[in-house]
Amino acid sequence: MTQRILDISDLNVRFATEDGEVAAVSDVSLHVNKGECLGIVGESGSGKSQTFMAVMGLLAANGKATGSARFGEIDLLKANEHTLNTVRGNRLAMVFQDPMTALTPHMRVGRQLTEVLERHRGMDTKAARAEAVAMMARVQITEPERRFAMYPHELSGGLRQRIVLAMALLCGPELVIADEPTTALDVTVQALILDLMRELKEKHGTGFVLITHDLGVVAGLADRVAVMYAGRVVENASVAEIFAAPRHPYTKGLLACTPRLTDAPTAVLPTIPGQPPNLQKLPSGCSFHPRCAAVFDRCRAERPALAEGGTLNACFLNHSVAAGGAA
Amino acid sequence: MSETVLEVKDLKVHYPVRTGGLIVGRYTPLKALDGVSFELKAGETLGVVGESGCGKSTLGRAVLQLLTATGGAVAWLGRTLTALDAKELKAEREHMQIVFQDPLASLDPRMTAGDIIAEPLRNYRPAMSKAEMKSKVKDMMVRVGLHPAMINRYPHEFSGGQCQRIGIARAMILDPKLVVCDEPVSALDVSIRAQVVNLLMELQRAMNLTMIFISHDLSIVRHISHRVMVLYLGKTMEIAPRDALYADPRHPYTQALLSAVPVPDPSVARARPRIPLAGELPSPLNPPSGCVFRTRCPRATAVCAALVPPQEQPGAGHDVWCHHWRETKVAP
Ligand SMILES: Nc1ncnc2c1ncn2[C@@H]1O[C@H](COP(=O)(O)OP(=O)(O)OP(=O)(O)O)[C@@H](O)[C@H]1O
Ligand code: SF4
Ligand code: SF4
Ligand SMILES: [Mg+2]
Repeated sequence: MTQRILDISDLNVRFATEDGEVAAVSDVSLHVNKGECLGIVGESGSGKSQTFMAVMGLLAANGKATGSARFGEIDLLKANEHTLNTVRGNRLAMVFQDPMTALTPHMRVGRQLTEVLERHRGMDTKAARAEAVAMMARVQITEPERRFAMYPHELSGGLRQRIVLAMALLCGPELVIADEPTTALDVTVQALILDLMRELKEKHGTGFVLITHDLGVVAGLADRVAVMYAGRVVENASVAEIFAAPRHPYTKGLLACTPRLTDAPTAVLPTIPGQPPNLQKLPSGCSFHPRCAAVFDRCRAERPALAEGGTLNACFLNHSVAAGGAA
Repeated sequence: MSETVLEVKDLKVHYPVRTGGLIVGRYTPLKALDGVSFELKAGETLGVVGESGCGKSTLGRAVLQLLTATGGAVAWLGRTLTALDAKELKAEREHMQIVFQDPLASLDPRMTAGDIIAEPLRNYRPAMSKAEMKSKVKDMMVRVGLHPAMINRYPHEFSGGQCQRIGIARAMILDPKLVVCDEPVSALDVSIRAQVVNLLMELQRAMNLTMIFISHDLSIVRHISHRVMVLYLGKTMEIAPRDALYADPRHPYTQALLSAVPVPDPSVARARPRIPLAGELPSPLNPPSGCVFRTRCPRATAVCAALVPPQEQPGAGHDVWCHHWRETKVAP
C-alpha cells in the first residue's frame, strides 16, 4: 500500500503588489508517496518554488496561501509557527539552489550540523559531533574531520551544497524538498549529488520533491513529474509517460527544444514561440494558448481542467478524444 | 575551407595572489590560463567547455584583449593584438564583440534599448546622423526578433530572453567579424534558450562570424560548434572537431564530463554508466605536478605525476594531452 506523505490540495498563492494581484499558484493539487521522488518542472515564474514555499510556511509577507497541505497528521497551511518549527528541518527538510541561504556565514560548518542534532534530537556535543562527521562522509565529503572545522566560504559551491544536504538529512526526514539543488553546480558535481539522492530514496525510503527547469535532471531521478505553466499544473504523469508519451503541447514543446547529447545536431532547434505570460495579466482560457500551435476557438474562451486523457493533463485536445471514447 | 583569421599561441594569464608574509608580501601566481593555443577560420565556431573556474571566461576576455595576457600572443588577420597600443587596439575592436551571460546585468538600466544597441555606432561612427542610426537600430531589432516599437523601453521592461536579444543586437550592429559569447544562454529558460541559440547560429551563418562560444552546457555546445576545446585548470585537455570530440573523446576528463551530462530520457539516464570523478578541483594556486587532472583521473599512473603529458594527435585536427590516450578509446 503506498503511503502519501504529502498531500497538497487546491493550493492557491496570491501576492499583493502595488500594480495588482499576482496569481503565482492556482488550483494546484499534488501528492508525494513514501520513498518517491516527485519532479516539478517548468520555466521561470511558473510557480514551482512558490508552491513549496507555501507548503513550508515560508511565503513572503505579501503572499497568502489557501487550500491544504497535509503532512502526516498536520495541515501545514493551518499549522502555527511552533508546529512548523518542530517539523521543518526535522521530518521535512529543504535544500535550496544557493547553499548560502541555509548556512550561517560566520559559523564553522561542523557546528551548524551539530546544532541541528542538539536541537531536534537532544544529542550531547560529543555524540552530535560523531553523527555529523558520519553524515558528512555519507554525502561523500572527503576528509570530513578536517572540513568539520571550516567556514562556509572556505568550501567550494559543490561542497557547500553537500553540507546543506547533510544538514537536511541529519534527522532522517521523511521528505526533502529540493529547489534547484544542482542548478548552480558543475555537471560532475551535479551527478554526484543526484546519485546521492537516488541512494537515499532507494535505501532509506526518503521522499523527494525535486524542483528543476532541467528535464535531464528529473529524467534521472523522478518517479512522477508535474509540469507547471503560469502557476498551474498542466500535466502530471509517471516519468516514463512524460518522456515517452507526453500529452500536453507545452510538455511536448519543452521536450522538443531541449537539445540532447545523443541527437545529431540540426540546423535549427525546435522552439516554443513567444514567452511565458505575465501573471498579472493571464491570457483568457488556456494560459498556454498564445504560444500553442494547436490552439482552437474553445482554448481562448474556456480554461481546460486538469483531467484524465492519456495522462492527467490540462488540454482540450486530449479530453475531447477521451470523451469520444477513441483513446 | 577559408583561411585562418585568429591565431592564439601559448596564451597565459597569471594573477599574482598574496599567499602570506604580512610585512614582506609573498605572491604566488594563480594560473587562470596557462599556455592555450588554437586557430580559427572565418565562419568557424569554437566551443569552450570545462567546469567553473577552469579558465573559460579568462580565455574569452584575453582573446579580445579585455584583460592583459601575461604571456603568449593573439593575432587577428595576421596582426598581433597583444603588441598594439590603445589607439590601434580600439580600431581593431570594432570587429570584435562580446555577449555576456547575465542579460539584465550586462545592460545599463538607465539607457533605453535603442540607446544600448546604438552605443557602438556612437563610438565608431560618430559622423552618422541620428536618423540613420535609428533606422539601423530598428533593422537590427527586427533581425534579432525584437519589435522595433520597443525601442524606447528600458531593460527592466524586457524579459530575460529579450534582454539577451538586446545584448546580441548591440554586439552585432557594427558587423563584427569575431564574437565571443560567454555563457550567452545559461540564464535563459529552456524554450527561450532554443530561440536564442537559433538566432546566434543564423547570424553566425549570415555574417560569416568567427565565434568563440563559452558554455558549461555540452549539449548546446555540440549543437552550435564546429570544434570544441576542453579546459581544466587553465590548460587545454583536448581539442577536436565537434563530431570527433563527442563520438571519440580521448581525454579522461572529456569522457567524465560527457558521462555526467543529464540525459532527458529516463531509460538512458538510469542505465548508462557514469565515470565518477574523485575529489574536488584542486586549487589553481597549487596545481598538481605532471598532468593537472591526475588527482581526479580514474586512469592516473605514476607517469602522470612525473611528466606533463605531451600533445598527441589521435586524428586529424584532434589534439589530446594525456599519457594514456591510446588506451582510453571507449566503445560507442
Ligand atoms: N513576494 C512576491 N511578490 C510578488 N510576486 C511574487 C513574490 N514572490 C514570487 N512572486 C511571483 O510568483 C511567481 C511564481 O514564482 P516562483 O518563484 O514560484 O517561480 P519558479 O517556477 O520557481 O521560477 P524559477 O524557475 O525562476 O525559480 C513569479 O511570477 C514571481 O515573480
Ligand atoms: S487547451 Fe488548446 S491552447 Fe491549451 S494546450 Fe490544449 S490545444 Fe493548446
Ligand atoms: S595523463 Fe594520466 S592523469 Fe592525466 S588524463 Fe591522462 S591518464 Fe589521466
Ligand atoms: Mg524557483
